[in-house]
Amino acid sequence: MDLSSINPILLIASIMISATPILLAAIGEMVVEKAGVLNLGVEGMMITGAVVGFATAVSTGSPALGFMAAALAAAVLSLSFGILTQILLSNQVATGLGLTLVGLGLSALIGKPYEGMKTPTMAKLDIPILGDIPVLGRMLFSHDPMVYVSLFLVLAVWAVLKYTRAGLILRAVGESHDAAHALGYKVIRIRMMAIFFGGACAGLGGAYLSLVRVPQWTEGMTAGSGWIALAIVVFASWRAERVLIGAYLFGGVTVLQLNLQAAGVKVPVEILSMSPYLITILVLVIISARGAHGAPASLGRPFHASS
Amino acid sequence: MADTLLSLRGLTKAYPGVVANDDISFDIRVGEVHALLGENGAGKSTLVKMIYGLVKPDKGEMTLGGAPYVPAEPKAARASGVSMVFQHFSLFEALSVAENVALGMENPPKTRDLAKQIRDVSENYGLPLDPFRIVGTLSAGERQRVEIIRCLLQKPRLLIMDEPTSVLTPQEVEILFATLRKLSAEGTAILYISHKLEEIRALCDHATILRLGKKVATCTPADSTARELGELMVGSSFASPVARNHASGAVLLEVQNLTLPAPGAFGTPLRGISFSVKAGEVLGLGGVAGNGQDELLAALSGERLSDPGSVTLKGTDVSRAAPMARRDAGLLSAPEERLGHAAAPAMSLIENGLLTAARREGLVSGGFVNWAKARLFAEKVIKDFDVRTPSPGTAAGALSGGNLQKFVIGREILQRPDVLVVNQPTWGVDAAAAAAIRQSLLDLAAKGAAIIVISQDLDELMEVSDRFGALNEGRLSTIRPVAELNMEQIGLMMGGAHDMEVAHVA
Repeated sequence: MDLSSINPILLIASIMISATPILLAAIGEMVVEKAGVLNLGVEGMMITGAVVGFATAVSTGSPALGFMAAALAAAVLSLSFGILTQILLSNQVATGLGLTLVGLGLSALIGKPYEGMKTPTMAKLDIPILGDIPVLGRMLFSHDPMVYVSLFLVLAVWAVLKYTRAGLILRAVGESHDAAHALGYKVIRIRMMAIFFGGACAGLGGAYLSLVRVPQWTEGMTAGSGWIALAIVVFASWRAERVLIGAYLFGGVTVLQLNLQAAGVKVPVEILSMSPYLITILVLVIISARGAHGAPASLGRPFHASS
Repeated sequence: MADTLLSLRGLTKAYPGVVANDDISFDIRVGEVHALLGENGAGKSTLVKMIYGLVKPDKGEMTLGGAPYVPAEPKAARASGVSMVFQHFSLFEALSVAENVALGMENPPKTRDLAKQIRDVSENYGLPLDPFRIVGTLSAGERQRVEIIRCLLQKPRLLIMDEPTSVLTPQEVEILFATLRKLSAEGTAILYISHKLEEIRALCDHATILRLGKKVATCTPADSTARELGELMVGSSFASPVARNHASGAVLLEVQNLTLPAPGAFGTPLRGISFSVKAGEVLGLGGVAGNGQDELLAALSGERLSDPGSVTLKGTDVSRAAPMARRDAGLLSAPEERLGHAAAPAMSLIENGLLTAARREGLVSGGFVNWAKARLFAEKVIKDFDVRTPSPGTAAGALSGGNLQKFVIGREILQRPDVLVVNQPTWGVDAAAAAAIRQSLLDLAAKGAAIIVISQDLDELMEVSDRFGALNEGRLSTIRPVAELNMEQIGLMMGGAHDMEVAHVA
């Protein structure tokens, strides 16, 4: 066992990379759930984003275009969920599970020709002054732009929900769609927009896996990230700052346990492999057990504007 | 006609199978309080929804202040100066008062300015309210203030109020009336929907009465008796419950120092409740909604278990017994929430009957359901309690609220309980059916059962109860014979008076 082989600078840097896909998917799903919709199709939207992003980046040579295509593809897929559940009033749980299966199957089909290919890498941001700080510079300020986009999204979602009228209306719709309807708000339209946003975020998260973190395409490569994102939203009590903590915790333990495995720690590999899931859920349960849970009161309930 | 504010001409709205409003015309004048009277299903809600832009009329027209008025949505109605306070509050429990108010406005100011405006208006109209409280923690009366203030901040020309007093204490009603009179003196017209006739006689300048979707009369309520108004509303005279001779026997149910923590974030704890009920007696428990009514029913029915010794049925301690055991022993209950608590909405009346009566009526033998007997039982409830349903196989959720209520109460009464606990037995039921339900409760008591009626309708409690107590924040007041009480004492017992003040008349 040789713990000195773990380089703390690289460790922190890889934690940020490891956490970003889950963070993107979770913050999007949080907005969807705040609007009162439970979309269990995060995994399917992520993997669709992963394959579409990879294919686009390979054929155009531009990772940036890949991310855009991934967001769009996953968002369009999520709209099918939106139309089924919001307009045709299908069951949200069943439709969300179906969305995951569709996404997994569709991505395998699209991705077949791209297996084993390499994608152009995304240039790291060279932040002028911050990037030159001795240790912190390499740790925090020399990543690709998507890491900062994800952090900015968390900040934006937090601020919009807390301080703006649009955020207030979104929360109101998730809290009581009947009351919101009585006041004249367009419940279905607001929820569709939230679902679209959630889909786009999941798509970005998936593309980050296939374009930056791995970076290549393998079938089923999301390997449950979408489900972890869903769990993080719940255990984070639907609060943006806790989603951030949850995602970084999960990313952190994942990277740490890989490093520990590499260093040959005398703990069974199975326990190390399950540790990110156990520790993330344990910590978030402890956080959420203390305070109010704050689940949106209309979460998962179908809305029909009957008079 | 210069002072006519809103004029309705020939408004008609049909739904599949029913004409909700048929050719309705009347005028509301500037600054008048106009009552809209009618039983459940008379078409009041539909009419009001058309005025507020939630429903489009099939035929007919409206003018507001002389100009044609065709609100496409509530936003347009609010922009024209029409505001509405809903019967079931359209509030968001997890949001603060200020956020709730902001959601009802087109262009809300910054939170700090809005909070100041809320304080000013609430001060001015005698409706004290803290803008930063979370609505889920407010009482029903306070929630209504949030709705009223939300409307007042938009300076409406017409304020629609849908059954505003159904959840208020007598003192709170007085405050509300003072506010409404002040508004009307300032020139705001009020359309006041209710079926409480005395209130309308006290408050309203004119009344329009609807029956089965048609307008039957417009009259001046102060010139008519409540009985006349009631008969116009119902279309025939109905029987009031008959007084019975008072004979009470042995104590059947005894509750001693019943204390339970609150079941959830917005629930109420029960604090040291003690009372007893004798055979042949009706105990009425009043109080504003959310003061422990649901929690008390759950503790009595066995949904929540309490400390040993706190609930004693016929001399046996049943505090730790589950609902089935208490039912077997003769303690039956009918909770307030019809859909989802008292009845399973998607299941048929036969199945719903079976769910509570299975053991007492012997509808199950050796683990098998005897469907023939279950059907007979459901049919008996339907017949004895005049439940209007196409068949006993109809889903409970398809019945109107009043009919399902008759079924839910009838189902328990036909099981010959020794002790029956009912919560809001006539909520949302029309006058004739309510009278029938009250009569059946009295008949049951006359046969020697002990009955606890929990209700927010004080008139109802005065009519059926022998003794009265009030719940306030999970505590029970002293219990006193109804004959010795007047409305003022009842109001004080309900304890709604502590944060009340009369409007400062500016």
